[in-house]
Amino acid sequence: MSKRIDVENLNVYYGDFLAVEDVSMGIDARSVTAFIGPSGCGKSTLLRTLNRMHEVIPGARAEGKVLLDGENLYGPGVDPVLVRSMIGMVFQRPNPFPTMSIRDNVLAGVKLNSKRISRSDADDLVEGSLQGANLWNEVKDRLDKPGSGLSGGQQQRLCIARAIAVKPEVILMDEPCSALDPISTLAIEDLISELKEEYTVVIVTHNMQQASRVSDRTAFFNIQGTGKPGKLIEYGPTAEIFSNPTEKQTEDYVSGRFG
Amino acid sequence: MSTTLTTQESSALAEDAAAGGRAGDSVFAGFSLGAGILILASLAAVALFLFLEALPTFQASAEEITGGAGFWSYIWPMVIGTVIAALIAIVIATPIGVLVALYISHYAPPRIAKPVGYVIDLLAAIPSVIYGAWGTTVLAAALVPFYAWLTANLGFIPLFSGPASQTGKTMLTVGIVLAIMILPIITAMSREIFIQTPKLHEEAALALGATRWEMIRMTVLPFARPGIISSVMLALGRALGETMAVALVLSGGPLTASLVQSGNQTIAAEIALNFPEAYGLRLSELIAAGLILFLITLVVNMIARAIIARYKEFSGAN
Repeated sequence: MSKRIDVENLNVYYGDFLAVEDVSMGIDARSVTAFIGPSGCGKSTLLRTLNRMHEVIPGARAEGKVLLDGENLYGPGVDPVLVRSMIGMVFQRPNPFPTMSIRDNVLAGVKLNSKRISRSDADDLVEGSLQGANLWNEVKDRLDKPGSGLSGGQQQRLCIARAIAVKPEVILMDEPCSALDPISTLAIEDLISELKEEYTVVIVTHNMQQASRVSDRTAFFNIQGTGKPGKLIEYGPTAEIFSNPTEKQTEDYVSGRFG
Repeated sequence: MSTTLTTQESSALAEDAAAGGRAGDSVFAGFSLGAGILILASLAAVALFLFLEALPTFQASAEEITGGAGFWSYIWPMVIGTVIAALIAIVIATPIGVLVALYISHYAPPRIAKPVGYVIDLLAAIPSVIYGAWGTTVLAAALVPFYAWLTANLGFIPLFSGPASQTGKTMLTVGIVLAIMILPIITAMSREIFIQTPKLHEEAALALGATRWEMIRMTVLPFARPGIISSVMLALGRALGETMAVALVLSGGPLTASLVQSGNQTIAAEIALNFPEAYGLRLSELIAAGLILFLITLVVNMIARAIIARYKEFSGAN
């Protein structure tokens, strides 16, 4: 239930503006890969191209290939809706559906495309997904209450439960802890380490300690100046990126000399 | 030493507050309170006026009232006529209005959405007398063949029983004219609310693999539901109270179940058509009819409030 991703010569544009230039990288299945870099370096943009969510932004387009176990997500006739159901996403700010109960939030993705699911299967799936997101014990007595009544950290774990309920191949996380307090952050980080047993996880983070704590491999992106495209500078095992980077820029960034 | 210092500090603080914003604060509070009271007072004054002027009608004996069978049998057919005209308008305008709003907010490319939005807003700016004139001269005549077809094919339903009106000045025509008049209210309000749907929630739905329609069903419509309801209620209020268009279009008469024959009357049109020549008890009758209309719109608004309140917990406001 997890696949590897290979990015080949990917360029991402917003209109005429080249936001990300010529990225090629391989992301292993059942691992956590972190994208780090200063603001505006294109790491979130790149993450969104991995499940074609960038297409939601008017004028955004990608050129190149993103292969999911060898299948090009940008091939002719590939439906972005199908891509997104295989590659889940967790956003910067927790975004459970406010009009749905906790239970319905977990089932939201499963019920799409007019799929039917029996009551008992749904119960099992809700329990399994919430347990997978380490949230079951906190919400099992109030599954019919609105998801927006939970704390920020709980909401984010509800979003993770919602993402894993559809049994995706890959989970993308766009700064999932940036709106959370340290204790909730820790809970999410623990969860990420568990998720990689089953899923391919890609996480964008501004927090370098977080990248070093949770990820197996780290990709450092940088930008030469405003208006210039973001580029992949260095990509390798996390320990190496943080202790012994080959590029001067990477070393400056991870040691806190800029950014 | 330290205590004296603290006292001095606190008294200095108190002086500052008193000298600074306090005066402006209380003036503004007074103004806004006054504005609030003014609204309530004018509402109460209207209700009181209607009630006092209508009182002779309620005290009069049944034979003195128009129709000779008492006020309730006089007003009852018109209450039904008013509600039917407004319901036809709502049934036609709500789905169209919401779909147009969705098209503008979520489907149309920006360069088409903008002009369509302006055109819809322009519809709201057309005076009702123009709608009435258009409805009675153009639309009513154009609908005559359609009504004939309805009576021929669906005549077994009492709503479409014949013979169809030869002028087309019927309840159904009124409903269609009213629908066009209230369409911009529903569209404009719904569109504003659809646009405000948090991007965050739309993206959450899309990232789960929702199609655009599923995304709209999961996020936009639930978010906008109270807004759609209030826009429909606002439109209903306009349709219930609309006078000129109904007075011009409808060839009124006694209550009839058929929507494609002449007949029926709405309260607002009845008042407008008869008010100029009315005096004495007849005047009081018409004002009593106005009181009934006022109560109907009041109840409609209260129902709208109740519906909106029911969805509050899940509205995303918390």
